[in-house]
Amino acid sequence: MIELIDTYWLYFLVGQYPNGPLGGLALTVILAALGLVLALPLGIAFGLARVSPWRWLRWPVTALVFVVRGVPLLMVIFWAYFFLPSVTGHKTDQFTTMLIALVVFDAAYLAEIVRAGIRGLPRGQMECARSLGLSYGRAMRLVVLPQALRSMLPSLVNQFVSTIKETSLGYIIGLAEVSFIATQINTQVFTRPAEVYGILGLTYFILCFGLSRLAYALERRLARRGASAAAAREVSA
Amino acid sequence: MPAFDFSLLLTGRYHDMLVAGLALSLQLLAASLLLALPIALVVALLRLAPLAPLRWLGFAYVETIRNIPLLAHMLFWYFGAPELLPEGLKQRLYAGPVEAISGVIALALYTAAYMAEDLRSGIRAIPAVQMEAGRALGFGFLATMRRVILPQALRVTVPPLISQTLNLWKNTSIATVIGVAELMYQAGRVESESFRSSEAFAFATAAYLTVSLAITGLAAWYHHRYPVRTA
Repeated sequence: MIELIDTYWLYFLVGQYPNGPLGGLALTVILAALGLVLALPLGIAFGLARVSPWRWLRWPVTALVFVVRGVPLLMVIFWAYFFLPSVTGHKTDQFTTMLIALVVFDAAYLAEIVRAGIRGLPRGQMECARSLGLSYGRAMRLVVLPQALRSMLPSLVNQFVSTIKETSLGYIIGLAEVSFIATQINTQVFTRPAEVYGILGLTYFILCFGLSRLAYALERRLARRGASAAAAREVSA
Repeated sequence: MPAFDFSLLLTGRYHDMLVAGLALSLQLLAASLLLALPIALVVALLRLAPLAPLRWLGFAYVETIRNIPLLAHMLFWYFGAPELLPEGLKQRLYAGPVEAISGVIALALYTAAYMAEDLRSGIRAIPAVQMEAGRALGFGFLATMRRVILPQALRVTVPPLISQTLNLWKNTSIATVIGVAELMYQAGRVESESFRSSEAFAFATAAYLTVSLAITGLAAWYHHRYPVRTA
């Protein structure tokens, strides 16, 4: 086991870098972070469209969100893998393909988180802002969204954990992320698959467990602050 | 790109491959679900057990499984775990459909961790006095669970369990990495044999979506038929 780690740790962490493309655990983390950062604005836009008062906007986006949430991520990856080249005209590399699939997929899930965040606020917030003379857009941007996004923070960290787990599917299109590298190592070592995949699992576990504890701590902190704010309201009332 | 060819999907060899894939996906779903439910119940009870070591065991199970991607579970159960078995058993396993068995084990263990959490929160939603009343009447912990708490908790838990079933359905597609010939695998094969990617993927998308919608419909029906009673 020690010998295994000693020989392959660098390959496991960064792939063939600097002699080749970046891979391994570094690629997994970069892909997940980039995926979530790019999916967030799209997810907020979709979420706003899902609650918008205009049907021509709400219906197509609702349909899109339902379709994406009804099929496996693998399906989205396959579509991206085979259709991006025919749309853009030139061959897309695995990283871009995976990134686009992740962004579309995560945006559909984030849209529902955003929608729940907005719906979770008292209706009075929007009505109040509108009656103060703010337009729908400004009321959304200045009053509703800041509050909704705040309560979404723990869900966002959880979504990041899911995204890290989802990047493992890049394996299927040959993206050199950490699961793919582990399989490469397994083919080279050949005799100790249980150890190689055990280490792979442990790596994911450390990363994701740490992050989910962070989400839990955030949730507790927000709840405490929310509780003290509610208490303050009660005292003043 | 050539025109979309419906006849490819309605008859012939490619049609048979895709339908066989769909059938295997549904079998994976059924087998994993049947296996996952009892495991989930045991883990949920462990997490609520009166003894601290049992609670830690349940916690360790749930966190270990949930923080590792399903793909890594699949790879472990397919490549890693059989190597740890004694020789005779290994031969017997490799003689059978080892991909499907590994796939079902990975799916069931993975889904059970999520379902256990749903069951646990369902059980915790039942007021603690129910347990106290059961114990005061002389029932043991398990007997109170079985006769008093679980019948009430399961009603609250069915909707989240249905949505976990939906996730399970989508997760069956990941079994393709270890070579289980389910829907996604067959769609890939049809694509590489016929270069008809739109047709193959459209079939798979429609099939996944149909079953997903049916499961969502089931949840809506349940919600309508058995609304949550508030005490």
